[in-house]
Amino acid sequence: MASASATLLKSSPILDKSEWVKGQNLRQPAVSVVRCHPTAPSALTVRASSYADELIKTAKTIASPGRGILAMDESNATCGKRLASIGLENTEANRQAYRTLLVSAPGLGEYISGAILFEETLYQSTTDGKKMVDVLVEQNIVPGIKVDKGLVPLPGSNNESWCQGLDGLSSRTAAYYQQGARFAKWRTVVSIPNGPSALAVKEAAWGLARYAAISQDSGLVPIVEPEILLDGEHGIDRTFEVAKKVWAEVFFYLAENNVMFEGILLKPSMVTPGAECKDKATPQQVADYTLKLLHRRIPPAVPGIMFLSGGQSEVEATLNLNAMNQSPNPWHVSFSYARALQNTCLKTWGGRPENVKAAQEVLLVRAKANSLAQLGKYTGEGESEEAKKGMFVKGYVY
Amino acid sequence: MSCFISKYAEELAKNAAYIGTPGKGILAADESTGTIGKRLSSINVENVEDNRRALRELLFTTPGALQYLSGVILFEETLYQKASSGKPFVEILKEGGVLPGIKVDKGTVELNGTNGETFTQGLDGLAQRCQKYYEAGARFAKWRAVLKIAVNEPTELAIQENANGLAMYAAICQQCGLVPIVEPEILVDGPHDIKKCAEVTERVLAACYKALNDHHVMLEGTLLKPNMVTPGSESPKVAPEVIAEYTVRALQRTVPAAVPAIVFLSGGQSEEEATLNLNAMNKLKTKKPWSLSFSFGRALQQSTLKAWAGKEENVKKAQAALLVRCKANSEATLGTYKGDAQLGEGAAESLHVKDYKY
Repeated sequence: MASASATLLKSSPILDKSEWVKGQNLRQPAVSVVRCHPTAPSALTVRASSYADELIKTAKTIASPGRGILAMDESNATCGKRLASIGLENTEANRQAYRTLLVSAPGLGEYISGAILFEETLYQSTTDGKKMVDVLVEQNIVPGIKVDKGLVPLPGSNNESWCQGLDGLSSRTAAYYQQGARFAKWRTVVSIPNGPSALAVKEAAWGLARYAAISQDSGLVPIVEPEILLDGEHGIDRTFEVAKKVWAEVFFYLAENNVMFEGILLKPSMVTPGAECKDKATPQQVADYTLKLLHRRIPPAVPGIMFLSGGQSEVEATLNLNAMNQSPNPWHVSFSYARALQNTCLKTWGGRPENVKAAQEVLLVRAKANSLAQLGKYTGEGESEEAKKGMFVKGYVY
Repeated sequence: MSCFISKYAEELAKNAAYIGTPGKGILAADESTGTIGKRLSSINVENVEDNRRALRELLFTTPGALQYLSGVILFEETLYQKASSGKPFVEILKEGGVLPGIKVDKGTVELNGTNGETFTQGLDGLAQRCQKYYEAGARFAKWRAVLKIAVNEPTELAIQENANGLAMYAAICQQCGLVPIVEPEILVDGPHDIKKCAEVTERVLAACYKALNDHHVMLEGTLLKPNMVTPGSESPKVAPEVIAEYTVRALQRTVPAAVPAIVFLSGGQSEEEATLNLNAMNKLKTKKPWSLSFSFGRALQQSTLKAWAGKEENVKKAQAALLVRCKANSEATLGTYKGDAQLGEGAAESLHVKDYKY
């Protein structure tokens, strides 16, 4: 199963698991591994993942200047909502057609460095019969995979949630690596109107840390995503306070779990007022608060910070990102957008084959706009009305 | 109030207290299909569903045994099985005044970056499974976390991950009406002495109760299933009175009084050893706000299994062996065991298997 994936992902070492060695093309290990002597008196362990070098390289590739992530990992249920909004039935064929449209947009790789897939898509082919993964790699886009199993109620909390997915994660991530994925994503949420309670914050942070450690061991760069939901009437200062606490715990537990910071990416929410707050914030204010948070909480070893859009309009998300890139940052500050990249494209397609080209052009327009925003050069000229429409849904279930 | 009161709160507290009834304890019969296969193969019996069913039927229908038991932990398959009379095991137990319990964890997995430490899986979809088990008649659950003592172990990471897993499992169980048995087993393997075991046990239990508190678990509706505090398997043995002293002291230092009962695991001790140690603890004159009882697997079943050897004609003999151990352990919970139980074959045999995989 060498395929085109080999060109981008050449240096992957042999996985030390016998089930993967059977019948596979063995590639020579290119990395030397530092191992801690098992009877050393010190309690410190050096992260002994055999994928260390590859993880760093993948993370850096995704965090390359002028590029960001296209999040297209909607679960089947969520994708169903998107398709329904343009009058389409939620069938595998329709999901395949839509994802084919996205991954085949010509030249997408100039602005997009990584694409997050849902499990179905990782194993799917395009409508032309090529593997989705191969199409992405040919476009110079790193394939990623959503590995969490969704949010469920957190007992003992104030109606908050926690994120499932750790059972069997080690074997699942190894299988996804085998299929061509090189990064993973896990989304947990924190709600300000519901507290957040100390328990919810701790569960969110701990789950992320455990997932990140397991992912790195399987060669996948973990995207660490504790989304602080937009829902609420709170002001920007409250968001800032909560975000500081959440990120402090996330990094503490990542360290406890021996996660290598050079081999992760973050996917935070921007620091904004709540969606129902009467005071709105300008892109400049969002940038100021968000950058202040990043400087106080994010170690510079982290190569990339890929913001989620969380219900902002396409234009808002681009403007805010642009404002954050007006001066150099110690980390690559970019985007990992789903709705804020796909919205107009989806509506332009409307499910019709004759609209595919136009839809792909629209996607490229958004991708390019965000690429410019990553470089701090976005001007906002010529944006459509559709692109300015807010996409906040109260109590949104992903 | 630090704990969350689920709609089952009263029932949970009542069931947990019942399990700790003096004179009673738990039979752990929740060996997974793989593990029970090892037991059956040790007596040359094939590991097929009907044999597994037959063994459990032998245990649950032992005349006079159920009076010494307050609970039996089952594996999922067994929860839905019936005796040859057609009566579901769950009903047989209930009629005998025994609460059915269910193992809900999905085994241990290596903890990355550690030297062979593990964490326990099973949280995904746990709430749905617990609801199903409650409907099937289960009233308590069990989740086994495992830690080991070695030069650098247990690490803080392993302790935190296992304590957190236990606490999350416990909170979910209580939401669904199942009393969670919290089991942080510290393996006996190793050359360490009893003082080291005590130190680690205290550290681990403190972390567990901190996590349970953080997760707002109602302690009155939980049970603890710890290891006894003993020297390591490669260290010289000590008297039951010494084990009793170290164990009870460790518990006094870490287990809140709200916990109604502590049901020890046997962890490889022989049947007789486990009973003598439990007895010594109950004879000890000191503060004990929780009842001290048993939740034994191998230490209740070993001689029964040997006596049965898979043969129909041995059932009575095997049941007699089980009754002996149940009665002995019942007396041990009262501190009245005289050490005079008729020792069945293998009752004094150590059940320790190095680096035992449950």
